[in-house]
Amino acid sequence: MSTTPVKDATLTPNGKPLLSVRDLRVQYMTARAPVRAVDGVSFDIAPGEVLGLAGESGSGKSTVAQALLRILNPPAVIAGGTIDFQGRDILAMSDRELEQFRWQDLSMVFQSAMNALNPVMTVEDQIIDTILSHRAMNETRARKRARELFEIVGIDPSRLHSYPHELSGGMRQRAVIAIALALQPPMMIMDEPTTALDVVVQKEIMQQIEDLKNEMGFSILFITHDLSLLVEVSDRIAIMYAGQIVELAPARELYERPLHPYTQGLLNSFPALTGPKERVTGIPGSPPDMAAPPSGCRFHPRCSKVRGFHARLVPPLTEVEPGHFVACHLYTSPDGPPDGGPG
Amino acid sequence: MNYILRRLGFYFVAAWASITLNFLLPRLMPGDPADAVLASAQGRLDPSTIAAMREAYGLSDDPLLVQYWSYLQGLARLDFGISTAFFPSPVMDVVQTGLTWTLLLGGVATIIAFVLGTLIGVFSAWRRGGIVDSAVPPLALFIGSFPYFWLATVVVFYVGFRWEILPEAYAYGLGLSPAFSWQFISSVMTHLILPALTVVLVSLGGWILGMRNTMVSTLSEDYVSLAEAKGLSQRRVMLRYAARNALLPNMTSFGMSLGFVLSGSLITESVFNYPGLGNQLVQSVSLRDFPLMQTLFLFITISVLAANLLVDLLYLRLDPRVRT
Repeated sequence: MSTTPVKDATLTPNGKPLLSVRDLRVQYMTARAPVRAVDGVSFDIAPGEVLGLAGESGSGKSTVAQALLRILNPPAVIAGGTIDFQGRDILAMSDRELEQFRWQDLSMVFQSAMNALNPVMTVEDQIIDTILSHRAMNETRARKRARELFEIVGIDPSRLHSYPHELSGGMRQRAVIAIALALQPPMMIMDEPTTALDVVVQKEIMQQIEDLKNEMGFSILFITHDLSLLVEVSDRIAIMYAGQIVELAPARELYERPLHPYTQGLLNSFPALTGPKERVTGIPGSPPDMAAPPSGCRFHPRCSKVRGFHARLVPPLTEVEPGHFVACHLYTSPDGPPDGGPG
Repeated sequence: MNYILRRLGFYFVAAWASITLNFLLPRLMPGDPADAVLASAQGRLDPSTIAAMREAYGLSDDPLLVQYWSYLQGLARLDFGISTAFFPSPVMDVVQTGLTWTLLLGGVATIIAFVLGTLIGVFSAWRRGGIVDSAVPPLALFIGSFPYFWLATVVVFYVGFRWEILPEAYAYGLGLSPAFSWQFISSVMTHLILPALTVVLVSLGGWILGMRNTMVSTLSEDYVSLAEAKGLSQRRVMLRYAARNALLPNMTSFGMSLGFVLSGSLITESVFNYPGLGNQLVQSVSLRDFPLMQTLFLFITISVLAANLLVDLLYLRLDPRVRT
């Protein structure tokens, strides 16, 4: 049921990683059976790198994000693995250390700006309480910093005294980004930061994120189900399916030469804006029940290239080309199981 | 501003409707209060007494509109006529003493139950499945599911009568007269403990459960996760982000119970022989004191409206989304 541990050095292109996740497991403890939402995920993020994380709803990508900050709500529990951030193990931190680590080192732009802001506090109060809880700074300085942040994300600072419901969706998302920038952390998680917005605002926000990243040089774990968006912003992309990473490659490489049938299916789900007309095919079937995931390769019930042994053997995440990892029998044992059993 | 005006307009109309109904109801009934008294006196009253009584009730053969006008005028002067049960005290004087005691008992008990239940609910939800959460809400619900009069009687019997720890009846010690003295105030306090305690005991479970449930759903909101992710202290996340929002829906129920304080303390006041409005209502019904009854009904209606207005104003303060 487990993936083969991946050698550390191979997951980062070069240098020492900022964040290093190994064999992360998160389970939702339901009455029926533990649901393995994240089941043995490993990846690295280098300083200044943008790693894209894509997959269907329910593939466990947001759960990974919450696990990194340890803000999972019960009944979710981290069942195993290590999360190393600049040499510190996040999973071993005390409550006190965790409060310090959060936002200072790793901040997060939440999925829906609609619900990410406290409706009964002004936006300014929600920025300055972040600053004041981490920095020895008086309130006047913190307010000044809040103004700067609003200018950085392109909102008129006069809107600082607004309550969330008085702002438009785009402004709210910018305010959430401003909060994420407050302490200038070396890394940010962005969990579907533009999903709830219309296309025009979405484009503006993405441009904003690009500019900020180029200026400040933070790393990003960018989570979305929109692969075409991810290809534009990411250095590398990881594809998640049923709680596991099934493919990990540099963005362009993954876009042009997807190896895993699931990745190929995801890419076919989006119509190209330019170029010849193509049929959008999508992926047949629906995501598996994570309380009882399929045996062997978890994608095999939906895979068009399935062979008998795929249902028995788990394909390890293997580097098939430099920097291109895939967990698929088609590339690791195309001719049948290595032990020579019946195919 | 607009919101306040609209709400005030609504309450004005509602108050007018209840005042008018209160005027019409006894006049639409067959017979009148004076007839009822006459019947019970079995012809021993002479006609001039009856006429005087009818006048005291504000009953006359004038056209309805004229009667309505003088009724409204009386209201404006807080003149509700003469009580027959406490003859010749004006109804207003009778109601005033009862009102004070009921507001004291009901107000204190409701506010304590709400504050205590809310705090326990917040903490239960925050440490969901912890010691407090597994022990206190079920216990409070268990106690709350006893019939109130039974629980109150048991408490009166043991604490007040058998062990004589606390006074078991009335609002202050016999032989004392209301005065702003330490002796009187401490007597009022000790007399308040038992009735208030029983009310708190039976209503606590509901408040705990209500707050715990809204708190649990608030805790899964994104803004609570964000607050936690920001590295804020647990206390701040729990109170300023989660509890502050979870409180909002419960304010409505709080307003409702405040509104029912006047009518709701009937059994409490009977068991503890507390000289409040509930006791007066029972007396006025059994003695057919129509002016008193009518006034009490009006007070009960108005108090529900007033409590709702209070909650509306509180909402305005607590929820910025209402202000626009």
